[in-house]
Amino acid sequence: MTDEITSTLGRYIATEILKDPGRQLADDEPLISSGLVDSFSLVDLALFVESTFGVHIDDTELSAQVFDSLRGLAQLVRGRLPPVA
Amino acid sequence: MNTLPQILLRSFQEVPDRVAVHLLEDDADTPVSFRRLVERAAGFSLALTEAGVRPGEVVVLILQHGEALVASFFGAMMLGAIPSIMPFLTEKLSPEHYRRSLAALVEITRPAAIITYADFAGEVRSAIPPGSSVRAVLLSERIAPALSVDGGGFPGLDRSPAEICLLQHSSGTTGLQKGVALSHEAVLNQIECYARVIGMTAADTVVSWLPLYHDMGLIAGFLMPILRRAPLVLMSPFEWVRAPWKLLRAVSDHHGTLSWLPNFAYNFCATKIRDRELEGIDLSSWRAVINCSEPMRLSSHEAFLRRFNPCGLRPESLATCYAMAENVFAVSQGGIEAPVSVDRVDTRSLIVDRIARPAQEDGDALPMLSAGRPIPNSRVRILDDQRRDLPERHVGEIAIHSDCMLTGYFNRDDLTAKAFHQGWYLTGDLGYLAGGEVYITGRKKDMIIVGGKNIYPQDLEELAGQASGVHPGRVVAFGVFNDQMGTEDVVVVAEAGLADEGERRRIADDIRGRINRGSDVVLRYVKIVEPRWLLKTSSGKIARAANREKYLADDKAERQPSG
Repeated sequence: MTDEITSTLGRYIATEILKDPGRQLADDEPLISSGLVDSFSLVDLALFVESTFGVHIDDTELSAQVFDSLRGLAQLVRGRLPPVA
Repeated sequence: MNTLPQILLRSFQEVPDRVAVHLLEDDADTPVSFRRLVERAAGFSLALTEAGVRPGEVVVLILQHGEALVASFFGAMMLGAIPSIMPFLTEKLSPEHYRRSLAALVEITRPAAIITYADFAGEVRSAIPPGSSVRAVLLSERIAPALSVDGGGFPGLDRSPAEICLLQHSSGTTGLQKGVALSHEAVLNQIECYARVIGMTAADTVVSWLPLYHDMGLIAGFLMPILRRAPLVLMSPFEWVRAPWKLLRAVSDHHGTLSWLPNFAYNFCATKIRDRELEGIDLSSWRAVINCSEPMRLSSHEAFLRRFNPCGLRPESLATCYAMAENVFAVSQGGIEAPVSVDRVDTRSLIVDRIARPAQEDGDALPMLSAGRPIPNSRVRILDDQRRDLPERHVGEIAIHSDCMLTGYFNRDDLTAKAFHQGWYLTGDLGYLAGGEVYITGRKKDMIIVGGKNIYPQDLEELAGQASGVHPGRVVAFGVFNDQMGTEDVVVVAEAGLADEGERRRIADDIRGRINRGSDVVLRYVKIVEPRWLLKTSSGKIARAANREKYLADDKAERQPSG
């Protein structure tokens, strides 16, 4: 299932991190363990999530054990969004 | 005091309770006194002795940031063995590739023992080929501190200053087969001279996140402060890259005075730290932040100063250094007694004539950041292609001579012989001298430097050549400087026959995956081109520099569509 959060994150990673806007990322494609999202870019990803969704990801969570795919990252974000009134 | 273990033992006897190093990890701060450090090191030394390791043999350390790494390094030296740190497996690196790298290191370095963690020992053992030199794999958790150290009795105390005390490698298969062997004498000559140049005393506090397998981390961010009894605050590189603000917090909390950073770290800190993470941070104690180990940019210094000046960072604290493992560390140093010189040169003249003429107008000026004056024990020459001395402001290869040079590349007499010309070490770096100061303009060698890490393009080309659809040998890797990041991006161009768009994308993805998981860097740009795109030298080799120029010209043309 691809929703708004997943596609926003996918677009950001393809454009800003991979420098290849045409690159489609599968929801379950490994991001960190594959090296696609490198260590220099992890903080960027956390900053982007914070400014776009208002959700904080702690630096200790920037690892493949916490999320390693668009799906995993989107779940993390969704779980921290305030409930819709 | 002529050897490293003798100096450490003397600190143990004279100031046992003084903190040698604060180890920072996950918000914890563990102070390690000289007593604790030597007792733990002695434990490693005894364990190595029991395992049959003898003085003069190599011990490879495969450990992450922490007390075991710090203590085992000195422990090997107390036995008179030669420690060599191998980077630990990272999240993205494929275990198969890691095993191959380790096997490459073992083959050339011929270590007698390896020290690692219990849960990594299986990985290490599986990488060691049968019949190799490795007689023991020791588990760091099982090695207890020695309880009664009286300061004597360690075989390492009897080593002569001319003997090799440590090995330092750069990364990748090629780098791991080229260990820089340094003697006690060389390390101590460097430290004594360099400490004087930067005015380092026991009143200084060094704060570092640099890995210890890197020369800047090992010498400036580890051995120099510990041997000079200046407190060291050491954090993990993995933690820093995820939370760069922690470096500034550590400087603020510990009143840090000295740090060394590769150029990219200036941009990284300036752009990736949130305002709220700077609350209460005071950087006024930082007297020198020294830029070293990759091309240095004025714009990186300016961005760093703009961002952290409100936290008390002083403009005069920004400093520069030119260094290499082959000279132990520093060759030249700038920005300590006076601000770093900026030489505004004519861009065209520098590129076309290879002469750094002062720019007439600001319009076409390239601001070159000085790497300062050679430190007193090191001499610098600029040589042309025939190895004749060039006049001031002419760009040529930098050659150095000092009393702190490498003994040689370990077990690689072939490479050692090639590296020297009449006793001068040929650095492979290009630069010029002006007003007695050293300016680095580029590289003669094809090395790529990413985030301060030296990467051999042939390692990346070999990985890319394994992707299906790419002709072996029809691939080239090089670095392109990224001003925003403050370091080089890795680019690969590969030839593939008659591939359609979908096929090209698949090949590009395959190459990306192989390099990301098989090397210490990440591939930023990959371009798949038609056969015969790549330029070759007259001897039939792929010409890296020429293909880099062609790629940049194509890239520029694509960005500026005609019409």
